Amino acid sequence: MKAIETKGLTKFYGKARGIIDVNLEVAEGEFFGFIGPNGAGKSTTIRTLLGLINATEGSANVLGLDINGDKTKPLAKVGYLPSEAVFYRGMKVREVLKFSAGLRGLDCRKEAEALCERLELDMSRKVDELSFGNRKKVAIVCAMQHKPDLYILDEPTSGLDPLMQREFFEILKEKNEEGATVFLSSHVLSEIQKNCSRAAIIREGRIVAEGSVEELAASAAKRVVIGGKVDLAGLEGIRDLSATDEGATFLYTGKADKLIKHLAAFDVADLSIAEPDLEEIFMHYYQGGEA
Amino acid sequence: MTLYLHELRQNRISLAVWTAAIALFMVACVVIYPEMETDMEEMGEMFASMGSFTAAFGMDRLNFGTLMGYYAIECGNVIGIGGAFFAALTGIAALAKEEKDHTAEFLLTHPVSRTKIISAKLAAVMTQVIVLNAVVLAASAGSIVLMDLDAEWKNILLMHLAYFLLQIELAGVCFGLSAFIRGGSLGAGLGFALVLYFMNLIKNITDEAEFLKYVTPFAYCDGADIVDAGSLDGMLVGLGMGYMTVALAIGFWWYRRKDIA
Repeated sequence: MKAIETKGLTKFYGKARGIIDVNLEVAEGEFFGFIGPNGAGKSTTIRTLLGLINATEGSANVLGLDINGDKTKPLAKVGYLPSEAVFYRGMKVREVLKFSAGLRGLDCRKEAEALCERLELDMSRKVDELSFGNRKKVAIVCAMQHKPDLYILDEPTSGLDPLMQREFFEILKEKNEEGATVFLSSHVLSEIQKNCSRAAIIREGRIVAEGSVEELAASAAKRVVIGGKVDLAGLEGIRDLSATDEGATFLYTGKADKLIKHLAAFDVADLSIAEPDLEEIFMHYYQGGEA
Repeated sequence: MTLYLHELRQNRISLAVWTAAIALFMVACVVIYPEMETDMEEMGEMFASMGSFTAAFGMDRLNFGTLMGYYAIECGNVIGIGGAFFAALTGIAALAKEEKDHTAEFLLTHPVSRTKIISAKLAAVMTQVIVLNAVVLAASAGSIVLMDLDAEWKNILLMHLAYFLLQIELAGVCFGLSAFIRGGSLGAGLGFALVLYFMNLIKNITDEAEFLKYVTPFAYCDGADIVDAGSLDGMLVGLGMGYMTVALAIGFWWYRRKDIA
């Protein structure tokens, strides 16, 4: 069984594009990243998976259950963290958490208290008085207190300070190690690169790449940085070149052997050949190029 | 049950304020009646000879000089307008407020079916209408007893029943509309209640607008008709409940499949 599986998932808002032909497979127990710029269709995909909006075409299964069927069955096992957490006015944090658990027919007080302690969230505060970051923490506890099998997180760290972000990912990793699947939507690449095992990139409503994070990052190109004056004429497979008298840096897709033999003729002061970071790959996909 | 109680909690202040305001006005109207009664001979004549204004409020057919006539017009307008506004506002906000306040995403990503959500919200709205009317009736009847007034209890109770049914109808129809609305529900609800109220005034003024009685629920709340017949117009009430059922059915149908913003 896949935790999430979509086939040709398409959503149009009238004539406006939401997502087009999205095919995703997230295995159980995976830590999956979903990357894309604003308006690419990340939230549309998530909202369709949660049954908030109806797909125009295609199908989707969440935890093996068709989202067009009884939505309450998958939702019972999903913890969803919205990008913008909004709650009912006048309620205290404790009441929101109790209400959320009550809607699930559960008593989650123990787990809620443990989570609030780790996130340093005061349960006696009123939600309207909380800062954006603290409201986010309430949403995190709501998404986690019922110990779901699948976490669907939409831009989870916006508003959280770095220490809290670390604590949050600590908790997520623990849940993941216990067997839960995590589906993390973000435009913060380092987050995906650091935490996820696989990822998909979405751009203008379509999935443009999917694979393991290493695969996506590697994708044949290497970032080469050379110190010293070299002449690169005649070397094939060079892109994104910037060269000065002091050195050169470029993306190289040719054979390593050819590069080394070519450089042997020059006085190379320094050399590094590295995987490009996801950011570079990402920019290529964003701008419509191919990495 | 969780959602039902949550809805009642969320609306408790609004319910308390509206109930207290309407009950207070009703009691005030009853309390000043004995004072009014002494001047009534003149006033009754005056009120009865203001042409279409008289007709609009049914004062041509009700005797303002009796408690029943006075009650049907004065108290009838208080519970009529106040109750209608409360019912319309509460009904029309029920579903719309979730999307307007962006809490729909929170609510609908819990494992509760939309049918259950609609049902719990509808039950909460109707509960509030029942509570409001029960308290208002108790306050009003209590003050009549305390003032030791000679009341036609059957007609007074029938009148309260009629306004209660009007509120149920309005709340139900507005609830149905609520499924289609995101913002601006307050204005829509108030406007809707007002239009129906004025329809009744127009119907009372001109015979040519008599057909409006099949549209506005205020028609079956007409004090003069109730006193004349000694009962409610079953056909009009039935029609009103029919409108409500249709509106609710369409609202249910739509909300079950709509895209949530």
